Amino acid sequence: MEKTHTTQQATIPFWRDERVLRVLGQIIFLIAVIVFGYYIYNNMITALAKQGMTPSFAFLNQTAGFDIGERLIEYERADFNKRAVLVAVLNTVQVSIVGIILSTILGVFLGIARLSTNFLVAKLSSIYLEILRNIPLLVLLIFWYTGIFITLPRVKEAISLGTSIFISNRGMVIPWGIPTETWRAYLIVLGVGIVLSAIVNWQLNLVGKRTGRPPLVTLWTIITFLAVAIIGWIALPQSPLTLDLPTLQGLNFKGGYTFSPEYLALLSGLVIYTAAFVGEIVRAGILSVSKGQIEASRALGLNAFQTLRLIVFPQAMRVIVPPLTSQYLNLTKNSSLAVAIGYPDLFAIAGTMHNQTGRSVEVIALMMGIYLSTSLITSVFMNFYNKKIKLVER
Amino acid sequence: MTTTTAKSKVLPPPTERYSLLGWLHKNLFSTWYNALLTLFAAWLTYAMLKPTLTWIFGEARWDVISANLKLFMIGRYPIEQEWRVWAALFLLTWVIGLSWGSWVKKFELSGLVLLLIPVFMALLPFSMDDRLKILGLSVFSLIGYVIAKSQPATFSKVSIFAWLLYFPVGLLIIRGLTGDEGFFPVVDTQLWGGLMLTVLLSVLGIMFSFPIGVSLALGRQSKLPIISWISIGFIETIRGVPLITILFMMDLMLPLFLPSEIRIESIIRALVGITFFSAAYMAENVRGGLQSIPRGQHEASHALGLSGFQTMAFIIMPQALRAVIPILVSQFIGLLKDTTLVMILSLFDILGIGKAVLGNPDYIGTSREVYLFIAAVFWILSYGMSYASQRLETALGLGER
Repeated sequence: MEKTHTTQQATIPFWRDERVLRVLGQIIFLIAVIVFGYYIYNNMITALAKQGMTPSFAFLNQTAGFDIGERLIEYERADFNKRAVLVAVLNTVQVSIVGIILSTILGVFLGIARLSTNFLVAKLSSIYLEILRNIPLLVLLIFWYTGIFITLPRVKEAISLGTSIFISNRGMVIPWGIPTETWRAYLIVLGVGIVLSAIVNWQLNLVGKRTGRPPLVTLWTIITFLAVAIIGWIALPQSPLTLDLPTLQGLNFKGGYTFSPEYLALLSGLVIYTAAFVGEIVRAGILSVSKGQIEASRALGLNAFQTLRLIVFPQAMRVIVPPLTSQYLNLTKNSSLAVAIGYPDLFAIAGTMHNQTGRSVEVIALMMGIYLSTSLITSVFMNFYNKKIKLVER
Repeated sequence: MTTTTAKSKVLPPPTERYSLLGWLHKNLFSTWYNALLTLFAAWLTYAMLKPTLTWIFGEARWDVISANLKLFMIGRYPIEQEWRVWAALFLLTWVIGLSWGSWVKKFELSGLVLLLIPVFMALLPFSMDDRLKILGLSVFSLIGYVIAKSQPATFSKVSIFAWLLYFPVGLLIIRGLTGDEGFFPVVDTQLWGGLMLTVLLSVLGIMFSFPIGVSLALGRQSKLPIISWISIGFIETIRGVPLITILFMMDLMLPLFLPSEIRIESIIRALVGITFFSAAYMAENVRGGLQSIPRGQHEASHALGLSGFQTMAFIIMPQALRAVIPILVSQFIGLLKDTTLVMILSLFDILGIGKAVLGNPDYIGTSREVYLFIAAVFWILSYGMSYASQRLETALGLGER
């Protein structure tokens, strides 16, 4: 038996043996890809050599020589290019994070409003969603910037909200805190607050597991943190921040913190656009919880709020999180459209750097690498969260 | 027996009926907070709508649109060759009419509505010449419809060939054939622009990305590790970066990648970028469709003696693609919106034209009008398409079978 088997094996020529063919086919494919890649690379190197360049990232250690209007960290035009890249990345990350938070809030609100039993509210929300979802973001951003934000009144005639918030065509000025000597001490207090609230969170979760009556964990965690923060503020000999009110001096506002019109236009454009998509996702998530679940929960004597918090929400989250992740990624990627309205995000700075140094290949590789890793980090984080809430499942 | 059935005739359930006040009470003022919400929403609507409407019908200078309508539609395409764009459009409506007549069995009313759209558009203040051309769209589609209705069986096959032929022929009509002179002079792609360029880029992008996307999806599903790794690498890289960086890369690096003798027009560079971008998303959508096909289909097809390739081509793919048609429509809508990014590469799509028009000193301060118009064009196109595809889906029961 053994013998016939081996002889039969031997009679199959190798070009008809599927296992050999699979390996061979893959090797041929790989060689084709490598040859194609090498051909492209070779063309690129020759073309660059004609311009007298070899690919290298040495330009990162050269002086940048351009200004960046908005930044979170110190930067001068005499700084190195790598510092400029860092400024750009921080700008992109900052806009994305703030945008994600605000669009989630607005989106949840819109999604719930669309399901409202109030006819007018539901219709308004659905009109909003249908309009925003069907126009290109770039058109919205440019309209928002050139049509609204820079046509606002000049600084002299600035619109004032309350007494110390001013909106003009130079952006929005708000009161801002300036750190005093006790600021560092206060940061330690806040750290203690975080630790304390984490302990409260952990303990309450344990209580919930033991008794089967979960208390309002998140609420108590936040209350603990706020209590520590407020007590610390009062207990310190000098308050850690002094309020800096903006005042009109000459042609511009002095003091406070100024959000530029570019930043405001980009942020609000991204938020109102993404919120429309988030709203649809939230609506679909809530609708995916079957009506029987709600009826059963009411029959068990839970009130409307408890039903929403303990029954509807955890189940809806399972449907909501995966598409929400891709919306967050979209928002991060869409922030690159800032270049159209002149906000210095990663893409805009990379473009400037390309103009200054002429190093297209390296700049593009750097930029794509950064975007790719941001996307990967976001999706890893959201996958972690998704796994965590999946445990709620049976 | 018969008498009882006759007596107890089943009545339809009573429809909900309210008086006006009853409706108001149920939907707007059922509780005190609902009433507050209603008042707030009504105030918000009024506060937003009043200045908007007074602006639209009062202060807005719509002459910037009417004076530059040709630019918005076809860009700097030479005016004496404009008839070729119309010819391509007439041909398109004729092919649509032909396939409607031979394939679509129901939907007479929807067809009539579609035919009436150009008639209503002709009522707008265009010149008499343009009105006739717009009405021509209806006439040509009606001709196609009537021809196909006469012999639906033969024309159902003809219409498939007509669609396959339409795209090369339509492109040829717009691009030209006979060098610089003659009846069909070549129009340089740099002169293409406006809505025509936007639509062309997205239609060609989705068409070219289709085969690439399907093969990437198959590659990702493949059990051969090298092929699936390469596919995953390509798909995830493209999906992880913004479209604008891909367009930027193609614009700068495509000329470097190819031998220096080859010159590529900037529209082609943008098209390559759009195609790669769309292919990666297409691959993920098609993969969704492939995964929705139950394992039994593979096994049954193997049991019938079909080879791996035959199983894919005749059993799995047709079912998978039918399942993803609605998603592909929404991908097309997304692509149509995304093609506006070519403006950043200084191509003159409808948004780029808008920016160029605003550079004209005569039209300073009309940016709201221009961008609102562009937004409205996109809204009508994408909302129209998504509405039509939703209606079609429910009517054909797609995704339910």
